[in-house]
Amino acid sequence: MFEVIGERINTSRKKVQEAVASKDAQYIIEDVQKQQEAGATYIDVNAGARIGYETQDMQWLLNTIQPIATVPLTLDSPDPAVLEMAFQMVEKTPMINSISLEKERFDAMIPFLDGKDCKVIALCMDDSGMPGSADDIIARADTLVKELNTIGIGTESIYIDPLVQPISTDSNKGVMVLDAVRGIKTKYPEVHITGGLSNISYGLPQRKIINRTFVTLMMGAGMDSAIIDPLDEKIMGTIRTSDMLMSHDDFCMNYLKGVRAGTIFS
Amino acid sequence: MTDFNTMQDALINCDPDKLVGLVNAALAENVPAVDILNKGLIAGMDIVGDKMENGDMFIPEVLMAAKAMGECVIILKPLLGEDESTRGGNVIIGTVKGDLHDIGKNLVSMMMESAGMTVHNIGVDIGPEDFVTQIKEKNAQIVCLSALLTTTMPMMKQTIDAIVEAGLRDQVKVMVGGAPVTQAFADEIGADGFAPDAGSAARFAKILVA
Repeated sequence: MFEVIGERINTSRKKVQEAVASKDAQYIIEDVQKQQEAGATYIDVNAGARIGYETQDMQWLLNTIQPIATVPLTLDSPDPAVLEMAFQMVEKTPMINSISLEKERFDAMIPFLDGKDCKVIALCMDDSGMPGSADDIIARADTLVKELNTIGIGTESIYIDPLVQPISTDSNKGVMVLDAVRGIKTKYPEVHITGGLSNISYGLPQRKIINRTFVTLMMGAGMDSAIIDPLDEKIMGTIRTSDMLMSHDDFCMNYLKGVRAGTIFS
Repeated sequence: MTDFNTMQDALINCDPDKLVGLVNAALAENVPAVDILNKGLIAGMDIVGDKMENGDMFIPEVLMAAKAMGECVIILKPLLGEDESTRGGNVIIGTVKGDLHDIGKNLVSMMMESAGMTVHNIGVDIGPEDFVTQIKEKNAQIVCLSALLTTTMPMMKQTIDAIVEAGLRDQVKVMVGGAPVTQAFADEIGADGFAPDAGSAARFAKILVA
């Protein structure tokens, strides 16, 4: 089954920031419940946008969300101190968002992750910037898997983000990331592939059809998770339909359930 | 008689072959290279910038138009006087320290070049002291700071503070941009300007040095 990491609880979104600033717990609770009902399998929590308030905002958000969370949380911060606090607050095994090969981030995250029971998103980013080829992405994923294995995080707990780049700036960016995903999955069949999708359509009109078509291709290549807005019914419908077509839906039950509920439509 | 509108149209329609043909034909008619550059190409890219700003043209089209213009500039360059090719303004652009995003910055850089400015694109992850050094070295009139992360936005302020400390603030105008950056943030950190897209960034830069 495709894993949907719901991206909505992020203080860089205006309404979430307002709710956090005014301690409007009801708004946050309703948003999380809607994401869960829509099929989110993780709820991402990012409290980074109000500079200087990340610790207290994260703490308040987790206190608000934890009692009603039916799925595990994705703790989203570059700061190991914030993550350490958050890690102690959650009940279900969380996902950590994220580690990368950027030296500063890598050196800060490894001691935090060492010995912890968690899933982790690993970005194919290093100090030279965005990857420039499929081989480059594969090599970075390879390093990340090996380094994380060394500190006791199993390959099946790693979610590689190959970093989707805009096709508007280079017509080959779609094929590049698709090839990379196939290469990573060939080498590490148990590793997960996740990431944001909407970067692919940056700079082009009618972005949603690009995003939906792209997620289908990415799933075919081996992507089995994404960080998206689960309240976007059309992309969720595309994902569930693709899941069915890829033998992840016995007797097409989830598809039919979605159609009857009115969330999957042609 | 050369029709600069036809040249502008070829640029807007992303037709490099036609554009190069028109430029060569104009040169054969003894139209001054500087007029072809300013009244044909730069004027055409101004329209491209406006169309991008209004959502009528998209990044791949703008890239193709800029590429077509670039081919023509190669033809024109040997025929231009030194002052004629560098009078649009001297710009330094880079992404601030801790931030590795380069796509937006490169688009802005390309649009400013197409607007006739001399652009020094100094890369990503650039520390405040490096911006200061580059401003001095290149004698820049405008410095453009890019940040795509909420975590690196404060570095924009630190960079501006370093420019002030170095006593260069009166020499350069500071422009800021990047997805999370807003006009309010630009005002708060004491920048001279903010632009939401590459087309308006180039237009605004021209106003700043006018």
